[in-house]
Amino acid sequence: MTGISQIRGVAVPFGYSGVDTDAMFPVSGEPIAEEHGFGAALFWRWRADPGFILNDPVYADARILVADADFGIGSSRETAVWALAGAGFRAVLAPSFGDIFRANCVRNRVLAAVIEPAARERVHAYLTAHPGAELIADIVAGTVAAADGAFTEAVGIDGFARHCLVTGVDEFGLLASYQEHIDRVLATAGPLPPGTHGVTASSQ
Amino acid sequence: MAPGTGPATLFEKVWRPHVVATLDDGPDVLAIDLHLVHEASSQQAFEELQSRGLRARHPDRTLGITDHVVPVTGPWTPRAREWAEALGANCATHGIPCLPYGHRRQGIVHVVGPELGLTRPGMTVVCGDSHTSTHGALGAVAFGIGTSQAAHVLATQALLVSRPKTMEVRVDGRLRPGATSKDIALALIGRHGNLAGAGHAVEFRGAAVETLSVEARMTLCNMGIELGARMAMIAPDETTIGYLRGTPRPPAPAEIARWRTLRTDGGAGFDSRLTLDAGTVAPHVTWGTTPAHAVPLDGTVPDPRSLPDPELAERALAYMDLTPGTPVSSIAIDAAFIGSCTNSRIEDLRAAAAVLRGRRVAPGVTALAAPGSMSVKAQAEAEGLDEVFRAAGFAWGSAGCSLCIAANGDVVPVGARCASTTNRNFQGRQGTGSRTHLMSPASVAASAVAGRLAEPGSLT
Repeated sequence: MTGISQIRGVAVPFGYSGVDTDAMFPVSGEPIAEEHGFGAALFWRWRADPGFILNDPVYADARILVADADFGIGSSRETAVWALAGAGFRAVLAPSFGDIFRANCVRNRVLAAVIEPAARERVHAYLTAHPGAELIADIVAGTVAAADGAFTEAVGIDGFARHCLVTGVDEFGLLASYQEHIDRVLATAGPLPPGTHGVTASSQ
Repeated sequence: MAPGTGPATLFEKVWRPHVVATLDDGPDVLAIDLHLVHEASSQQAFEELQSRGLRARHPDRTLGITDHVVPVTGPWTPRAREWAEALGANCATHGIPCLPYGHRRQGIVHVVGPELGLTRPGMTVVCGDSHTSTHGALGAVAFGIGTSQAAHVLATQALLVSRPKTMEVRVDGRLRPGATSKDIALALIGRHGNLAGAGHAVEFRGAAVETLSVEARMTLCNMGIELGARMAMIAPDETTIGYLRGTPRPPAPAEIARWRTLRTDGGAGFDSRLTLDAGTVAPHVTWGTTPAHAVPLDGTVPDPRSLPDPELAERALAYMDLTPGTPVSSIAIDAAFIGSCTNSRIEDLRAAAAVLRGRRVAPGVTALAAPGSMSVKAQAEAEGLDEVFRAAGFAWGSAGCSLCIAANGDVVPVGARCASTTNRNFQGRQGTGSRTHLMSPASVAASAVAGRLAEPGSLT
């Protein structure tokens, strides 16, 4: 898989703190996802409000979401990331993230970068003043900049996430290269007595 | 402690032997003892295996269970049936044992794993569900993963995962009558926020934790994820060993000897710490849209300006249709739910039934109890608890996630207010426009009777 070192695109001054993955992709969004794809179900309950920022046509092709603290908390559902990616988003910037959401982003080639609260406010203010402005997230340098050169801010990117995004590493292949060792650890360090795993539906 | 190493925490003693390798850029290759697979997050993982021509590497370390979308009170929805059938077919293809709907051991994955004796101290356990932290109550490293990672585990029985930091949450003192481990969790999250444990493996310790039953410990570890933690665990002790002796897989003496070493050594360091005096914990309830929006039941709806995130609190108040200063015990409810991986075990049902015995649900309140597993249901029925629930006006369901996820036909109507033993009060969690108030089982039962948010001690 090919790597990504830079993401450039229209950025949304999303705001909102404490956004949970239920909000990003409610379970009742499944029928919408089945019919129209996961992107159509992104924040679909919030989209019922005509004033919701993602309903603004200026953000129709947005690729970067600038959110507030605690983004992606709650459920482990990867559908939340599929919905973001399906709607075209390639990067989310926020002061903090839910752990499982952030791990799921890596697996879907979506950058989840930590931005300091003060920097987030500056970027948010800039985007609010310049609707439709583009940002450039540089994954290697760990920065986000206005495409017009107005500012550059540092962002935090987990080392493994950077490696995965930049090299496009295939985790299946990487894990499989350790398979013998994995099996050995399970056989020797595995704390279970023989037979513990012998569950079959009929034996219960 | 292991030779050649310093004092270690419980977490380190379980994590370390499962580390296959540590990569240069950070994550460990972690071997996974037990992988639990449910119908709502696994389908695409199996599809990924199929597209790569891979088979499950260790089907004997994997168990399929249907819980999220199975009907608890009503008929199947076509989508639910399709998902449940897909799990059965995928398990059959890969030789993975499966507990389908209708099986006498079927139930919520985090109830069934421990009660079958599958989850054991010292194990690594993963599942495509954030509340996998529940299993940590038995001294396992247990955490939720996404669907992509579930595919990695199916294919290799290992994961690339960064090692969390460690956090000690010490709960000393003695719980007051009427307060439960659910109230400990809500008090902690209410005081410290729903990301206090972010990036951490939490170990719950202290006198109050040691006196809890395994069921109550599971409630506490279950809610660990709502404290933001990646996982939560409790050192195995005699209570744990006694619990496992009662499962279909009682421990061997050598196993028990090993489990006794699984405790944090004196002098072992944690990266961070929280403390709580259990004696200060009153029955709690949430008023808003995150578990951090929790207050004691004798408290009031707070002023948003007094909270760390006033804007979020304002949105929560608008969604919940509440006004600051309102006593929470005056808030009328339309529905009550007892169930979910948080609070659906036998002692949860006993606690609720003790409140309901000889009482009736208030007019206008729709109430449902959904046992966490078919085993719990059978046990409850053997004790006559189902009759207590029914006589009080509760519907008595079968085992499944039901109103915790509202993906199975059970839904709280738009604008309705539900006292609920579940774990999340997010907007729309129990159905579009639903309003959730998180509480303990006894408090939900009391609220159902009172027709408003109430603690058990307040009923006459």
